[in-house]
Amino acid sequence: MKFWQALKEAIASIAANKTRSFLTVLGIVIGVGAVIGVLSIGQGAEASIMGQIESIGTNVIYVFRGNRAEDVTNPKYLTTADADALANRARAPHILNIASVLSGQSSVRFGDESAQTSIMGVTGNYAEVIDLKLSEGSFFTESHITNRSSVVVLGPELAERLTGRQTELIGTTVHINNYPFRVVGVAAAKGGNQFSSPDMDAYIPITAMQLRVKRQNVPNAVDFLLIQAQDSNSIDEAMHEGRTLLRASHRLTSRQPDDFTMTNQEDMLSIANSITNILTIFLAGIAAISLLVGGIGIMNIMLVSVTERTREIGLRKALGARKFDIQLQFLTESAMLSVFGGLIGIGLGWLLGKIVGAVAANSGTPLVPEISLNSVLLATLFSLAVGIFFGWYPALRAANLEPVEALRYE
Amino acid sequence: MELTPQAVKPVIDVHNLTKDYYIGEIVVRALRGIDLQIFPGEMVAIMGPSGSGKSTLMNMIGCLDSPTSGDYYLDSLRVSDLHDDELAIVRNQKIGFVFQKYNLLPRIDAIENVALPLRYSEDTSNMRQRAEEALKSVGLGDRMRHKPNELSGGQQQRVAIARALVNQPAILLADEPTGNLDSQSGKEVMELLIKLNQQQNTTIVLVTHDPTVAVHAQRTIQLFDGLIKAPEAIA
Repeated sequence: MKFWQALKEAIASIAANKTRSFLTVLGIVIGVGAVIGVLSIGQGAEASIMGQIESIGTNVIYVFRGNRAEDVTNPKYLTTADADALANRARAPHILNIASVLSGQSSVRFGDESAQTSIMGVTGNYAEVIDLKLSEGSFFTESHITNRSSVVVLGPELAERLTGRQTELIGTTVHINNYPFRVVGVAAAKGGNQFSSPDMDAYIPITAMQLRVKRQNVPNAVDFLLIQAQDSNSIDEAMHEGRTLLRASHRLTSRQPDDFTMTNQEDMLSIANSITNILTIFLAGIAAISLLVGGIGIMNIMLVSVTERTREIGLRKALGARKFDIQLQFLTESAMLSVFGGLIGIGLGWLLGKIVGAVAANSGTPLVPEISLNSVLLATLFSLAVGIFFGWYPALRAANLEPVEALRYE
Repeated sequence: MELTPQAVKPVIDVHNLTKDYYIGEIVVRALRGIDLQIFPGEMVAIMGPSGSGKSTLMNMIGCLDSPTSGDYYLDSLRVSDLHDDELAIVRNQKIGFVFQKYNLLPRIDAIENVALPLRYSEDTSNMRQRAEEALKSVGLGDRMRHKPNELSGGQQQRVAIARALVNQPAILLADEPTGNLDSQSGKEVMELLIKLNQQQNTTIVLVTHDPTVAVHAQRTIQLFDGLIKAPEAIA
């Protein structure tokens, strides 16, 4: 028998038992659906994280307090003094800029509208370090910092939320933590695919932050420092120089471990990658189990089908079907069943991704689920393989039936 | 024998054919040495009580089963020692089966049922056309798109006959072809078989226990206990 005839017969046979066929492949549908769905959400999340990390810039080094690798007692706070220590052209020629960040949550109010959001107390070169562009106005300057000026740069989404517009806001007043701040600029949209969307942030001078929003026990303490290297090739040199300077600034002896952590985009990307890899292995495990269960379901029904159609098999043999013809017919049928299940599963997974994406968007976390062509192809191929693997034994049983016995079967 | 001049080779030539079945330790000798020759254009009835071995003989003639010993030449081809797949090709090309219970596939219509043997043959060209012609030759040109459950028993059996003829086999092997039919339908089916035999010279082997069916055959072979009882032609 020609392959396309076997295909036609398989489809007709599956269509003749729609309910049973559907129930048979439900295991495959759910398995493939879950994998495709979670994978699409995972890829969407990964794209978000990667986008966020990459938006920082490739030549930026983060410095946090404490050491995650080694036990450090009483780590010193990072302060603006540390930032000053790092700004040492002679000893750190590869460091271009240092920005200090002190962040916190606070209310921002304009007229009757208010929002709870992240307030970033930063130094004047922050915009330069993280490559933040403004759609109008300008970022605050060193003099704003020294004068502890109550000025603010609004994220575009925050501006929209509060005032209903993103332009002509220079000079207006918003209240942060109930203190009036004058708007000096509006940031350009950075894209909404971040977990902590910077478009909802408000940027104020770090000194104003200390004074008006987040009072600190330790004077001049900051949450983290951003070091901008000369370029992405001098990251390692800049980290080395920064470390030496910070250790000196913290008066660490050579026996003491770092009481701070430096990390760059590459490190973060590799952490994100390793998380993604673990997730992928986990998903592959779920996929394998559900496909196994689904495959056993197909095998079971194919065995029932062979028994039910014993007379048909006998007849086909009497009419001249060879063993191979019968085997091909049943293998094609199980493979088609499984592939149909896989295709429905892909649809289900797509729907799942859409729903999660919609829920996430509604709750303010923009997440765009992505279904890659690769995962669709992989799911289809896997379903096909499962159908062939689990259909093999029933097909062989059908092929090996004795025509006389099969024709006599009631 | 005047019906069988020596110049004509038999289409079925069976020599000392035996078949033993093993049921546990017990040997059932279903056929105990059959010699049989059937010539082209003959219509032969094989009769016998149940257990006489007529089904076994029909399975041998139909290449559905292999004999324990003996020779069987079908259309000058020695088939008694062919492999499964070779037997399948012989069944497809040389034999047309008509069963008591029609054995049509319920999901597909008459024309597709008739075309089924063509799917397993080497030549798959013009399958529909050839199936249509076969259906017309059994007088069902107006029922081609009907499914088996939309046809009467007699019509179903005629579809089955069309299916048996579609590959133009050397013999048509009918196992109780009227066994499931009422007398009127049975008569029609028999008339069709006689017409095929007389007008198209189709060689037909009938297995039956019904003397009113056997009477239409030119020759009746009586089986008893795995042996041919009266191998002579009934004149």
